[in-house]
Amino acid sequence: MLTKPRLRTRRSFLKQSISLGSALWALKGGVAAPWPAQDSSRSRVVIARDGKIRTAGSSLDSAELAKLLDRAMQAAFNCDSPLEAWKKVVRPGEVVGLKVNCLGGRGNATHPELVEAIAERLRQAGITEIVVWDRQNADLGRARYKIVERGSGLRCFGNDTLGFEDDLSAFGQAGSRVCHTLTQVCDAVINLPVLKDHGIAGVTLALKSMFGAIHNPNKYHSNAGDPYVADVFALAPVRQKVRLHICDAINGQYEGGPSYMPQWMWPFNGLLVARDPVALDYVGWKIIEKKRSEMGAKSLAELHREPHYILTAADPEHRLGTCDPKRIEQVEI
Amino acid sequence: MGNDGDLNSVDRRAFLKAASLPCLAACSGALVGARLAAPLFAAPAPENDEQFIKEAKFYEKLPYKKIKCKLCPRECVIDDQERGYCGVRENRGGTYYTLVHSRVVTAHIDPIEKKPFFHFLPGAVAFSLATAGCNVNCKMCQNWEISQVRPEQVRSTYVPPEKLTGFAQQNSCPVIAYTYSEPVVFLEYVLDCAQAARAAGVRSVVVSGGYIQADPLKKLAAQVDAIKIDLKAYSDKFYKEVVNGELKPVLEALVTLRKTGVWNEIVYLVVPTLNDSDSEFQGLARWVKSELGPDVPLHFSQFHPEYLLKNLPPTPVETLERAKAIADAEGLHYVYIGNVPGHPAESTYCPHCRKKVVDRTGYTIAGIHLHHGKCQFCQTPIPGVWT
Repeated sequence: MLTKPRLRTRRSFLKQSISLGSALWALKGGVAAPWPAQDSSRSRVVIARDGKIRTAGSSLDSAELAKLLDRAMQAAFNCDSPLEAWKKVVRPGEVVGLKVNCLGGRGNATHPELVEAIAERLRQAGITEIVVWDRQNADLGRARYKIVERGSGLRCFGNDTLGFEDDLSAFGQAGSRVCHTLTQVCDAVINLPVLKDHGIAGVTLALKSMFGAIHNPNKYHSNAGDPYVADVFALAPVRQKVRLHICDAINGQYEGGPSYMPQWMWPFNGLLVARDPVALDYVGWKIIEKKRSEMGAKSLAELHREPHYILTAADPEHRLGTCDPKRIEQVEI
Repeated sequence: MGNDGDLNSVDRRAFLKAASLPCLAACSGALVGARLAAPLFAAPAPENDEQFIKEAKFYEKLPYKKIKCKLCPRECVIDDQERGYCGVRENRGGTYYTLVHSRVVTAHIDPIEKKPFFHFLPGAVAFSLATAGCNVNCKMCQNWEISQVRPEQVRSTYVPPEKLTGFAQQNSCPVIAYTYSEPVVFLEYVLDCAQAARAAGVRSVVVSGGYIQADPLKKLAAQVDAIKIDLKAYSDKFYKEVVNGELKPVLEALVTLRKTGVWNEIVYLVVPTLNDSDSEFQGLARWVKSELGPDVPLHFSQFHPEYLLKNLPPTPVETLERAKAIADAEGLHYVYIGNVPGHPAESTYCPHCRKKVVDRTGYTIAGIHLHHGKCQFCQTPIPGVWT
């Protein structure tokens, strides 16, 4: 909870952010643009897994997780070093947002250890301003994040800190105010969803995680989120700034989501990395369906919550990526 | 509470002087009145949100800390820490809470005609208020800045029920109107306020889209004195594509309301090209006459481009007149044209002698020619709440 008037906080934030930020990234060469502006016509999705990221006591080994992240990034960008890969994502001096997903609380949110590993690599790539953000400060707090609203370096806060644009962004059926963190603070966003089931929308991965960037996500769950999830991701501020997706698949949840339900979680010990959110969602969806089948659970189609929004996101109207298996290059390491 | 004390300690003039909340238009049909309304509350949102949170009245607990909301026909099934479609009700650990009890985001003193109620205390002023939230998402919403946001996204003031009645009395308002956004989503607050108001001799009216289940509607009808329903269209297509709701439950709610006996009027906002066909007007009028009777006032109101329907023009007056002519021909007794100040169809005419019994221009009452609820010219009873 803020203790100072919101307006003053917002103003100081914006002032600071504008001075540090650069909106010119897209005009300069060398940095990867969001999908589909990439070299190949196929979308690469890296599935990186390693049981060593857990210690014998099942807690997370941060060093091993960082190594897994490095390998995943190198594979995603065909690079010999992780730093080389990160330099294809961000440019020195940019303000980079790390959009985490904390709704599941401590048990099933983006791991802070993963965020720390990413932040370390970003610093090495010349990024001095990093903002970890999600819907609300309370969500972040439940997921073990410490709220840091001021200062330089690494900050962490929810949309309740800075609020939303007054004007609506619209696409298809979606009309929403987008959060200031995305529109006015960050030059680039790295999306860090988790691998989990969703009781209404089927799954919640890269596309749906951006519901955390708008003021009215509650309006977009009808019809299993179709076409709303795709429409929200297609809002100009979202699709223009989100450059990379790293899905925290250290654990997966195949049923009972989005709330944390430990009885339906399993250790996947992995990360999914892609620039194409649709391809990542398609691969993640199939992972969840496979696990459901293994565990004797009904398919999402049988439960009338198959995530058709993933297909919609790939249609000619949205063009957010591909869900055609022939056009997805799945790389397992 | 600090805000509460501030509100009690200043007079109306101080309120008006200090007010800074935006002056919001009333229901979708009352654009002009927005310019007349005066904002009353200016206090910032209190630090302590807990004072606004009370357990919801209409829901079922489900396994795994899920709940099913039973307030509106949507019946949202909501996971822990999630909210319903309305955005103002939240599941916390398997218990469902309203987040907007006593959480007023706007308040004005409006003429009752602005709601509009034309057969309910003509000339009265209503202390009118809203919280954030709505259970539909109409693309033509004129108040989307409060109806389509979460409560924490808009400034609010703590106004518990007993204080609300006091404000109404201090401002010489015989009526409290729950309006602007969607009272269904702050039903617990409405029920508590209406009970306190009735005990103090202040009446309550509700302006709603009527997207509500029968049980909560009956409880609401028992507690308030009049309910105006915005019937958005007479087609499922419009409800699905423009309202994000359903027609059938709203029609059922109107029938339920009629059976309760609470005074009811209907507004139909005529949106060019989307709900303005002759067949819709005729179907609507026939349904109203057969299911509710010919005496329910029906207002055809002019649309103004707003929110996500800025691409359409205002409704031509000729279209409204066509709608009225069709409804008149079907035998409805009280068909009005709204949002067109000075139009003859703003006034009430006796269905028997055709003389003007309530003379209106805009929100101004020029004359009332009723005696004990009857036309003073021919003694025909005119239904409504007149005293």
